[in-house]
Amino acid sequence: MGAAQAVPLLCRAERSAPVQVGHADVAGAVVPLPYAAARNEFPRAAGKVPNKEGVTPMLRSLTWALALAGAAFTAAPVAAQDGPLRLEITEGVIEPLPYAVPAFVAENAAAQQYAAEISRVVASDLSGTGLFREIPASAHIARVTSFDAPVGYADWKAVNAEALITGAVSVSGDRLTVKFRLYDIYSGQQLGEGLQFAATTASWRRMAHKVADAAYSRITGESGYFDSRVVFVAEAGPKDQRQKRLGVMDYDGANVQYLTDSSTIVLAPRFSPTGDRVLFTTFETGFPRIKLLNVASVTAQLLPETPGTMTFAPRFSPDGRQVVYSLEQGGNTDIWKMDLNTGQSVRLTNTPAIETGPSFSPDGSRIVFESDRSGTQQLYVMSATGGEPTRISFGEGRYGTPVWSPRGDLIAFTKQNQGRFHIGVMRTDGSEERLLTASFLDEGPTWAPNGRVIMFTRESAGAGGEPRLYSVDITGRNLKAVTTDGAASDPAWSPLLP
Amino acid sequence: MRLHSSALLLIGVLALAACNNPNRFGAGGAGGAGGPGGYGTDGIGSAGLGGANDPNSPAYFAQTVGDRVLFQVDQSTINPEARMILTGQGQWLASHPQYTAIIEGHADEQGTREYNLALGARRASAVQEFLVSQGVQPSRLRTVSYGKERPLQVCSDESCYAQNRRAVTVISVGAGS
Repeated sequence: MGAAQAVPLLCRAERSAPVQVGHADVAGAVVPLPYAAARNEFPRAAGKVPNKEGVTPMLRSLTWALALAGAAFTAAPVAAQDGPLRLEITEGVIEPLPYAVPAFVAENAAAQQYAAEISRVVASDLSGTGLFREIPASAHIARVTSFDAPVGYADWKAVNAEALITGAVSVSGDRLTVKFRLYDIYSGQQLGEGLQFAATTASWRRMAHKVADAAYSRITGESGYFDSRVVFVAEAGPKDQRQKRLGVMDYDGANVQYLTDSSTIVLAPRFSPTGDRVLFTTFETGFPRIKLLNVASVTAQLLPETPGTMTFAPRFSPDGRQVVYSLEQGGNTDIWKMDLNTGQSVRLTNTPAIETGPSFSPDGSRIVFESDRSGTQQLYVMSATGGEPTRISFGEGRYGTPVWSPRGDLIAFTKQNQGRFHIGVMRTDGSEERLLTASFLDEGPTWAPNGRVIMFTRESAGAGGEPRLYSVDITGRNLKAVTTDGAASDPAWSPLLP
Repeated sequence: MRLHSSALLLIGVLALAACNNPNRFGAGGAGGAGGPGGYGTDGIGSAGLGGANDPNSPAYFAQTVGDRVLFQVDQSTINPEARMILTGQGQWLASHPQYTAIIEGHADEQGTREYNLALGARRASAVQEFLVSQGVQPSRLRTVSYGKERPLQVCSDESCYAQNRRAVTVISVGAGS
């Protein structure tokens, strides 16, 4: 997984007790900065805001769009409430939250390039969600030249910023240290404590993603998803001789690394729950078989198989110890489950129908899959030990490639109806189906680690048609292409990196 | 990679056939429609096609007997036309016991990737069962599905889709694989 993985960063340090900055310059350390003691340190701002407004500092409430998993699809707008800077991600976006992220302060000469680029990646992450709108540097009144200098809240308020992210970067040898703080401009307070990330310079994008994740998380109350990777199939060549190889990249398309060559067809890679392994289907023996790849060492092994069968559509169990997959024998495809330690498989379905696309619920107790036992592809949920499944899809058309949300509340799927393909979501009992996209060919959804965004394959029609990766919010908003060098398909999102 | 080595062997056989049978159509003249359509035979040039005049050659099997059958949307039923072709395939295989075959199932692009893999397998298996019912030893036949990964025609309308919903019997050399 490249340099970023070599130096894993510890996250979630927000929960631990504040530590002196001086202790922070340790490989992989994330340390809360000493609290800036906002009220004492920023008397100018703290005094000005209420005076200007004639009211106690109070944050304008923000109602946000995006069906939150738990509260997904509640049509009623969330009641505006006064309080700290908080983006309620609910139905019906009003407008993106304006924020400013001035270029991070370079604390030494070697940090200059990183400081500028890190703040750009932070902005790209936040604005890329569609939930935030950056106020461009050209509009800024204030200049942040020192990380610890008091924040001029009035100057930021004057340009309509509601959140401000400041940061500082220092470089010593190949060590890069990033500090950041998040400010709530309307209340004139720092939001949460400052954080410091330290790692190698090669991991600079990951540190930027961690800053953005922390800011996103503090403002929305949701966990972030920027410090994550996507494994996918990179495609090249004409449609009838397409060459395919596995690639892995940052969630935003940067830092691509290829994991296989193009000598054989590879399909549908899936990350393990810890992101260290990938399951995929390969034709390297001439027949579809499942391979397990170690991402760090880029070594892979075929899973055991009964001769004369085809195996495909693998997915890990939430504990990473089992693989649920499809096995075809004599033209009939059923769902099986393999214990990765023993290599032993048990059969979970046994019908003459095509049964494929299995995906575990996050608690490991159930499996959603597709079956054409009714005559067309539909979605079913069964116990993770097999047994009689319950059909959950009943709308018009065909349903396939179901994937259980990491939050457990929704199932994403591909739907075919009247010659069009859609990515959609429904509750796990099949209710409240919503289609998020429509095109000539959309398929294969994968969930962002926080269950708010779905990435999928969109293929264009015709002889020159080719697939690209797209992402969309679970509200159906913010549909956009993911930047890749060339054609790409079958994305699978990693968990949030450690 | 079994498929590739089979294909290489086949190239050798076809090249030999071309030497033994002067190509009355001129070099490459028999190329084009009706040529080997299996993915496993990709890369076999028109040099081998002269062998199509030799009833004992895989090229004859591919072109004259017919190496492929087509299917309706989302179906794996052997229709009457396919039945005729497969009857011919069964007879040829019965009289050429030195060959084995891999039956490749394919689907058009109107379907999800994994379902199409399973659908291609159904089609390949339907052909296998028919050939076995014609007396071909099961050990001489293997099936594989490419799903929608290897379309023969690349347009996105029914004229191409109909050609892509196919099962192709690819002849290879050697007893049982």
